Amino acid sequence: MDYFLELFFGGLTRGSIYALIALGYTMVYGIIQLINFAHGEIYMIGAFTALIAASALSLLGLNGPALLVLAGLIAVIYSAAYGYTIEKIAYKPLRTAQRLSPLISAIGMSIFLQNYVLLAQTSDFLSFPTLVDEFAFMEPVSHIMRSSELLIVLTTLVCTVLLTLFIKFSRMGKAMRATAQDKTMAMLLGININQVISVTFIIGSSLAAVGGVLISNHIGQINFYIGFIAGIKAFTAAVLGGIGSIPGAVLGGLILGWTESFATGYVSSDYEDVFAFGLLVFILIFRPAGILGRTSTDKV
Amino acid sequence: MNTQSIPFIRRAVSEIGRSLLVSCWFMFLTFPIMVIKVNPLERTIDWQWMRLVWIGLAVFPLSLVWRWLMMRKEQGSAKDGEDSWQKRLGERIRADRKISAAILALLAAFVVAFPFIFSSYQTQIMISALMYVMLGLGLNIVVGLAGLLDLGYVAFYAVGAYSYALLNHHFGLGFWSALPIGAGLATIFGILLGFPVLRLRGDYLAIVTLGFGEIIRLVLENWNAFSQGPSGIAGISRPGFFGIELSLSQHTVFLYFIVLALVAFTILVVSRLRNSRIGRAWIALREDEIACQAMGIDKTKTKLTAFALGATWAGFVGCIFAAKTTFINPASFTFMESAIILSIVVLGGMGSIIGVIVGALVLILLPEYLRAFSEYRMLVFGASMVLIMVFRPQGIITGVRRHYRFRQKEGTEEQGERDAASA
Amino acid sequence: MLQVLDIKQLTMDFGGLRAIDDVDLEVRQGEIVALIGPNGAGKTTFFNCVTGVYEPTGGVMMARRPGKNASVKLNKLKPNVITEHGLARTFQNIRLFQNMTVLENVMVARHCRTRSGILGAIFRNAGTRREEQETVDFSYGLLEKVGLQQHVNDLARELPYGAQRRLEIARALATEPFLLLLDEPAAGMNPRETSELDALITRIRDDEGISILLIEHDMKLVMSISQRIYVMDYGRLIAQGTPREIAENPNVIKAYLGETFDA
Repeated sequence: MDYFLELFFGGLTRGSIYALIALGYTMVYGIIQLINFAHGEIYMIGAFTALIAASALSLLGLNGPALLVLAGLIAVIYSAAYGYTIEKIAYKPLRTAQRLSPLISAIGMSIFLQNYVLLAQTSDFLSFPTLVDEFAFMEPVSHIMRSSELLIVLTTLVCTVLLTLFIKFSRMGKAMRATAQDKTMAMLLGININQVISVTFIIGSSLAAVGGVLISNHIGQINFYIGFIAGIKAFTAAVLGGIGSIPGAVLGGLILGWTESFATGYVSSDYEDVFAFGLLVFILIFRPAGILGRTSTDKV
Repeated sequence: MNTQSIPFIRRAVSEIGRSLLVSCWFMFLTFPIMVIKVNPLERTIDWQWMRLVWIGLAVFPLSLVWRWLMMRKEQGSAKDGEDSWQKRLGERIRADRKISAAILALLAAFVVAFPFIFSSYQTQIMISALMYVMLGLGLNIVVGLAGLLDLGYVAFYAVGAYSYALLNHHFGLGFWSALPIGAGLATIFGILLGFPVLRLRGDYLAIVTLGFGEIIRLVLENWNAFSQGPSGIAGISRPGFFGIELSLSQHTVFLYFIVLALVAFTILVVSRLRNSRIGRAWIALREDEIACQAMGIDKTKTKLTAFALGATWAGFVGCIFAAKTTFINPASFTFMESAIILSIVVLGGMGSIIGVIVGALVLILLPEYLRAFSEYRMLVFGASMVLIMVFRPQGIITGVRRHYRFRQKEGTEEQGERDAASA
Repeated sequence: MLQVLDIKQLTMDFGGLRAIDDVDLEVRQGEIVALIGPNGAGKTTFFNCVTGVYEPTGGVMMARRPGKNASVKLNKLKPNVITEHGLARTFQNIRLFQNMTVLENVMVARHCRTRSGILGAIFRNAGTRREEQETVDFSYGLLEKVGLQQHVNDLARELPYGAQRRLEIARALATEPFLLLLDEPAAGMNPRETSELDALITRIRDDEGISILLIEHDMKLVMSISQRIYVMDYGRLIAQGTPREIAENPNVIKAYLGETFDA
């Protein structure tokens, strides 16, 4: 039973991270129908920035949770800035281009960012400093759930709730929903589309950075390549839940997290990624609209 | 100073101001990752301030150029100007059969003499480059002609390579018998994958093929009993030459000619296909799926032929790859490999044969000969994919549509010599 | 006269929305029939059902090539199969293959009437070469028929608007249909172009014996060209008859009230 619970919470943790990244995919797709292939790289840059900030700040004598919060904040700011800039460079000029052009541009951007970090920093794994000690109250259950896992799950919960409220009630949130429904109509109603798209990228990138910081703190090491795999898995999560749907992204993330966790726990740990990719292929073939998504038809 | 120049100066000042701003923004953006280099083991930090200066200095002019190109793109003048220049040159070369024949003959003489002029090492590099020409042309069928973005092309390359490696390892099968088997297996894989996924919309198709490519690699990495896992398969035989023993350098020369012949074959096949009934159906499908179906073309079947044919070519090259290196492991078949092949197609010009050849040669040879550059290879690939999409989505060389000869009602022939090989 | 298209009780639902409600329509051999109605009446949806783009929720669609005894049930057939059976269409929002030449656009449409495959393309045997030349000549002939011969080697996207519409017709004709479905062929045309189109459509019917079903808003064209007219409103058929009957039908006048007549 303990083993089951361990896998359950392990899956919940993974799933939460996937959900955080998937939210960015799903929001961007909802608004401009683009698979932002470079989104995984934003997550990676968030993790790197946090590591760099934490290292630099710890030289100043800072440590512990305060350091984590501060480094996390810096990471979020930088990831948001990267997300904003990438949209301006690689996607905005292609808004009226053929459908595959922005995707190819996104792939190029992803390759560029990976190698940018690789060249500026290192190709080796960097170890992420331990910033949060195990919470005392988690002692009795520490064999099935670590403190950093609890942190991940709680943060994801808070982020999702905040995002949902933002989209539901804020002025910008309403503008985003309107843009997702009908870009031309939204424009006619005086909504600044460029601004909406920028905000979407900023929010999505911030969430990815939160995920990047939390997972680095949990796993303890990062390299320039973590964004690629995490990105594809998070995309899988977004598709699984129904791309464009925010609850769908969270649901998809959790399902994927549990699938991976239980499959590696009970079947074979060698094929961890195969399960995720297999699920991706399976979903896209049999239910491309996802669990909570709707099928759309092309207008003739 | 006259009054007319005042708006110009104002404009220039504002442009410079904006570029300064952009340059500051990028200095801010790259600050942590470029400047603070962490060594977490020793818990030390290198501050590399010079990099920040370089970024600032580089971004400033780039930002000016970027906006200038954007302006030209919006006005549409850039496109027309270059196109007509290219068209003129292209038409002149094509119009004068003597010139084109002379260029072709010179080129043929050069490629045939290549392994005898240059060292074995150079020949090896050329073989790699030619392999990428083939891969690029193969993927060009799928991406450039049929408009199906295949991000898992390397999977079929792996199928070809492992077919030969395993057949050779277990059954001692030679290169020549394995070549069609490897290509055939890749075709079958292409059909098996293509059948379910080709119904998907363009961007979903891209992701599914990517997922499939990764699955193939992961299986090869983990299924030790079948593929010997990450350690790979060594000691694969080189192609036999009528049972005659060849030295290592002779083998290289022989392989060079095999690849050269296959490249020539590929060019012939692709250029003929492109202007055939099937090729037109592919291009029509790329242009408009719904209209294409309404014109009586079976969407699934047409996509499947393109996909499977592309896979076949990857299978061919896979066999050659295994024969060239005599050792393969899953590390050669990562997504990055797919991305390199894709960037060859994108940079060269989707749908254009000469474009893809030029693209492959530039992208593969440049990093080999400019060692300093090779580190930055993938960085430049990535950046150029973005830039090409933004400024010149048709690639470096634009595919020119073929002009046909036809009989008019009066029975006279027209448009005689204007047809033939398009770029 | 014999029917080439016979549609009974056609119904099409999108979720809870009924776009076409119990529509009966027939086209007889050699007829020009018009389908009119206000915007959003379901005319294009009707075309999409007949040509296999949508799968109708209910009803039966039968088509029969003149000279053949058996008719074909069109329900559940894929668009390309329907085209192969001999129904060809044009699109309201022109859908040409933009980056192909004008001639190639027509040649693409010969696909389902030609055979050569990959091996033929690679080896260019005599059969393939002959078929290619036939395709080129046939396509050129069609371009002459619609008056586009001076544009053969231009890219489709470079054509003026009216010429693009005519190219769509030539492309549809290349599939050798017995029934041509034209979706607003005169949209965006000036009066001179429209009268040329009038002549072209009549010529297609008279010379080739192709029956024509067209959606059109230009009432002058509709009244002058068609033998019979069907009128749709809110997915239902509200009237049918000769141009004269339709012009006097109170239901039709009511449906169009509040709408601009040429909407």
